[in-house]
Amino acid sequence: MLRRKLLKMLTGALPGLTILTDPFARLLAQDEETAAQELPLYGMGIQVDRCIGCGNCMEACKAENNVPPEPTHMRTWVERYVIDSNNEVHVSLLNSRNRTSSQIDEQRNVLRTFFVPKLCNQCENPPCVQVCPVEATFKTEDGVVLVDNERCMGCGYCIQACPYGARYLHPETKTADKCTFCYHRISQGLLPACVNVCPTQARVFGNLKSPASPLTRLRRLKKINVLKPSLNTAPKVLYTDLDGEVR
Amino acid sequence: MNLDAISASENILRETTGFVFPNEIDVLWSIMIVVYPYLTGLVAGAFILASLVKIFKVRELQPTYRLSLLTALAFILIAPLPLVLHLGHPERSYEIFLTPQLGSAMAMFGFVYAWYLMVVLLLEIWFEYRRDMVIWARETKFPLSWIYRILSLFSNDLSQEGLNFDKRATRLITIIGIPSAFLLHGYVGFIFGSVKANPWWSSVLMPIVFLFSAIVSGIALVLILYMVLAPMRGEEINMKCLDRVAAFLFYAVIVDFSLEALDFIHRLYESEESIHILSELIVNKLFLSLVVIQILLGMIVPLAMLAGIRIFRANAELRKLIYFVSAILIQLGIFSVRWNVVIGGQMFSKSFRGLTTYKMEMLGLEGLLLALVLLALPLVILAVLLRFFPPTGSPAKDLSAST
Repeated sequence: MLRRKLLKMLTGALPGLTILTDPFARLLAQDEETAAQELPLYGMGIQVDRCIGCGNCMEACKAENNVPPEPTHMRTWVERYVIDSNNEVHVSLLNSRNRTSSQIDEQRNVLRTFFVPKLCNQCENPPCVQVCPVEATFKTEDGVVLVDNERCMGCGYCIQACPYGARYLHPETKTADKCTFCYHRISQGLLPACVNVCPTQARVFGNLKSPASPLTRLRRLKKINVLKPSLNTAPKVLYTDLDGEVR
Repeated sequence: MNLDAISASENILRETTGFVFPNEIDVLWSIMIVVYPYLTGLVAGAFILASLVKIFKVRELQPTYRLSLLTALAFILIAPLPLVLHLGHPERSYEIFLTPQLGSAMAMFGFVYAWYLMVVLLLEIWFEYRRDMVIWARETKFPLSWIYRILSLFSNDLSQEGLNFDKRATRLITIIGIPSAFLLHGYVGFIFGSVKANPWWSSVLMPIVFLFSAIVSGIALVLILYMVLAPMRGEEINMKCLDRVAAFLFYAVIVDFSLEALDFIHRLYESEESIHILSELIVNKLFLSLVVIQILLGMIVPLAMLAGIRIFRANAELRKLIYFVSAILIQLGIFSVRWNVVIGGQMFSKSFRGLTTYKMEMLGLEGLLLALVLLALPLVILAVLLRFFPPTGSPAKDLSAST
């Protein structure tokens, strides 16, 4: 992509060079298109009705990715929703230490209750990438939004721009940090840590392009929703059985 | 796991109400990011006041012209400091110039800033002071004479033709400078206004509100400085000038107030999904800083006082007192505007279900003390600038003597 940009710049600067660079530019474009066709496009499915709130995903993520221990820094977390008979919604964060939610016992006349795992939505139109002033946060060609922590200057604009609260400033590296779909694992053909430890397969990981992927099967069999669709971020984390109260 | 860290964070968790996404519990942009738009606003506002003299030929404001320019310069030199200090990696901030991501609103900061400082302010001040610098270079002793010589770029031309060129140049730069000043602060507003994830910020009016609040704060600052500095220099306060500055301040506050009221009414009338949490934010977290300080003390009271003076035709002494008090209250109000935007925008969760608390540090890089230092530093720089570039310039006889 960079090479193509460079060639475009060169031809823009010196129109005469077009004759020389055009054949190369076409060749590169073809290469990139073929490569892009072969590359997977990663996504994750969350089956809300399957989540039992065990919190394994949160702990596995913290251990796998050196996420700081505090509950104010999370790459993934689980929310517990309790909706009472007055239609009042009580939401709390699943506590990774004792795995109980303080509000559970206080609620009476529960109408419905469920857990919702959250993580970076790996948006197709990521606001975080748009606002990063130095291109430290970027989208890979296989659809994962990553942060280059040797380039990030820690301004925090991406953290403000994320509608899902999925980013935080890492207290040690002083750079933005977030879920990477465990990029180091998936690029080796392994599953993300949270998916690996989920005992109920509430989290389904796969290639959105592949007809044989479990994610494609999920999309075929279930009604799919995403978080905050009105913001046009086009998330690649797809929810099934998502309640309208979840934001 | 670090249990101390966990229990400390759980204490913070208790200070939230409702449900806040875990990563939002700590407020990320601190008082440093409040100081930054406040300082930038003062720059833009002071420059707009200066341009009234050159472009709109408001002759009464001449006594504040040079003061406004120097004020803008003193504040713009410090304006980026809180931003840089706030960065996780300040040593990488140069990347914003070398490899900016052109789609990012923030990436343009360096360029807008550099344009405004180098092309507008420094150039205008240079042309405005060139004649004086040449004279000072001749009349002062070494090393001061050399400093003026270097600052005047070894210019030595005091011919009428040269002076006329200075005037034309100053006018041209001011013409470029007005849209640039609008750009500088409108752009700061855009940084916040374009964040679609945050309904408190995301508003097309944000750049315009920022701009007018900047004009208000800049004019009020110059008014305060003029009223303090003139007696210190043993000068009589020019009441015609002061009345005119106060009149512009009055009009600017009316526009600013109307825009903010429009924004408020629009939000309330549209009553989108976020309205409940934003109402809670105002009532529970921002009541003092928004309702009491920003709206009541920072806007309604000064507006009433300035309007009262126009209606009842008070004498000069009373006018001075009321102008001064109004300008101080307006400064307080505009600082609260920045506070309410920056801190307020981070105190509610994007889950729209809860509020968090901002606990300001006292010491340290994000602390109140440093913020106060950064607010005071431009005044120190201004004092130095005024010492070496007195707004009164060199006496007219020097010109006749040297030409």
